[in-house]
Order: sequence, then structure tokens, then C-alpha cells
Amino acid sequence: MKFGILVFPGSWSHQDFSWVLKDVLGYEAFYIWHKEADLKGADCIILPGGFSYGDYLRAGAIARFSPAMQAVAEFALKGGLVLGSCNGFQILCEAGLLPGALLRNRSLQYRCQWVHLRVESELSPFVVGLQGRVLRMPISHGEGRYYADRETLQALHQHGQVIFRYAEVDGTISQEANPNGSVMNIAGVCNRWGNVLGLMPHPERAAERILGTEDGRLLFEAAVQSLIRA
Amino acid sequence: MVRANIYVTLKQGVLDPQGETVRSALESLGFKGVREVRMGKFLVITLNGMDVKQAEAQIDEMCRRLLANPVIEDYAFELATVPESKAETA
Repeated sequence: MKFGILVFPGSWSHQDFSWVLKDVLGYEAFYIWHKEADLKGADCIILPGGFSYGDYLRAGAIARFSPAMQAVAEFALKGGLVLGSCNGFQILCEAGLLPGALLRNRSLQYRCQWVHLRVESELSPFVVGLQGRVLRMPISHGEGRYYADRETLQALHQHGQVIFRYAEVDGTISQEANPNGSVMNIAGVCNRWGNVLGLMPHPERAAERILGTEDGRLLFEAAVQSLIRA
Repeated sequence: MVRANIYVTLKQGVLDPQGETVRSALESLGFKGVREVRMGKFLVITLNGMDVKQAEAQIDEMCRRLLANPVIEDYAFELATVPESKAETA
């Protein structure tokens, strides 16, 4: 099981992903520099958080044109597993690999805090077996307000593509639990086939007991299980 | 050469908290009748070696592929021919 972690100028979560995947979970993981067009046989691609290309123009807008992202788009179209967290989610939306867009937080403030996420659907291999669970992870972003138009939202719900919603600790969906003003408290969505998943929270920062929760590792373990079954 | 003034704005219906904050600041300064403020981006692009018609096609493609995100933004632009020297000092 090989994880390829994309690194852009301005990425900041790639080392956290590498630590969790290799040192904590014992999988193979390597970096893929944004100028490389070869994904080096990775089974799963990770797009980490950060501020790729300084977030110039729009978060993720420039990163999507890199050679590595062209390769990721082809990989995704063939059904390859892709997980984007935070800036990685923004890049996937900008690249058109996921529906919707991420806008400035409603509060206009950068939000760095713990959140709870209710798993809404098991369409994505990253969350098989987790539907209905409430996971605890941190967020750390200024532009995480998920937006999609009414028709897109209807289609997302109809197909089970809404994977994570910001919730209270008991799973109740409320305005108070929504840290950024995302439409319908949406924290993460997948594509129509489920193989591409994006979320604003950071599973890689929530995968060790010493950090207060191991919920983040559930996503990686579910992905590995799905590849073993395939 | 051709100069393009490009306006990228949030679509109607997309919440603009920055604009709303500016609106309320204007209100607290005593300006009356400010119903709504919408913030966007303004870009100036100068193009070499093409006429206005060619520039129009170029700029439109730039907007579609990079400068605006069609999920959340609309764009508009105006083009003008400018003399070389003026363009360099601007």
C-alpha cells in the first residue's frame, strides 16, 4: 500500500501526513514534488493542507495547473483514490475533480479549533464502515466556507456525496457547530464515484492518542482495507 | 497594444461577508442609503502583438480557465488600445 503525498510550494501538512502514514501506521509513503508528472506507482494520492502558491488569486487556483495535478486528474478518472485535506480540498474543487468551491469564512477570521464531524454516507472508500459515526478532528483555515448552488447540493445529497457535516459532539447538526458558514454544515464531499474525497479538517493531525484523538487514522485504514479487498 | 480591465465579482446569491463588513463600516461613518456592498477583484492585463478582436478571445479564455471560478464568480471586461509608451510608464 503506497501513499503519494503531493508537495507544492507553500504546502505545510505533508510532513504530518508522512509521519502518520509511515511512522504511526506503517504504510509506505513518499513525496511527489508538484513539478513531477509521475505518481511513482502510488495506490492513493494525498493532497495536503497549506497555502500552495501563496493562495494567490484563489486558494488552490494555481496549484491545479501543475504537472503533478494533471497526473492526479488522470489517476482520479481511472478510479484512483485521492484524499485532499484543507488546501488539498480547495485544489480538488478548483480542478473540477470535486463539485463546489470554498470561500472566505463567514466570520472573516482564520479558525483553528477542534470540530466534530458526522459521517453522512459511505459512498467513499475512505469512510466505509463509518456512517453515523461522529469523528473529532481539528480545522485550521481562513477559506473553508463550502458553497455549491442549489442544483448541485440536491445532486450531492441524492447520490450520497456529502460525506462529512460539522456537528455537535452528539451528532446534532447546528449553526453553533458550523465554524465557517458552510452551506448545510458541509465539511467534506466526494465525487460521484467516491474515489476522490475532500474535507477541510485535518485527519493527519488527529491520528495519535497523544494528540487527543485517533479518529483521523480511521480514514486511512478504511482506504487501505478497500484496496486490499479490490 | 491592448489593455484589458477585468472585473471578477461574486455571483448573486453567494454570501459576501467582506462586502457586508464594509457596508456596516460605511453605515457607522454616517453614510446613508448604502443598501449593499459587493467586493470583487480588478485586474489590468496589457497584451502585446494583437488587435482588440484577438485580445477579446484571449482575455475571455483567461477568465474562463483561471481568473474567475465559474462556480462562484462572474466576470466582465473592457478593452482599449493604448500607445506603447503610455503602457510602459503606467
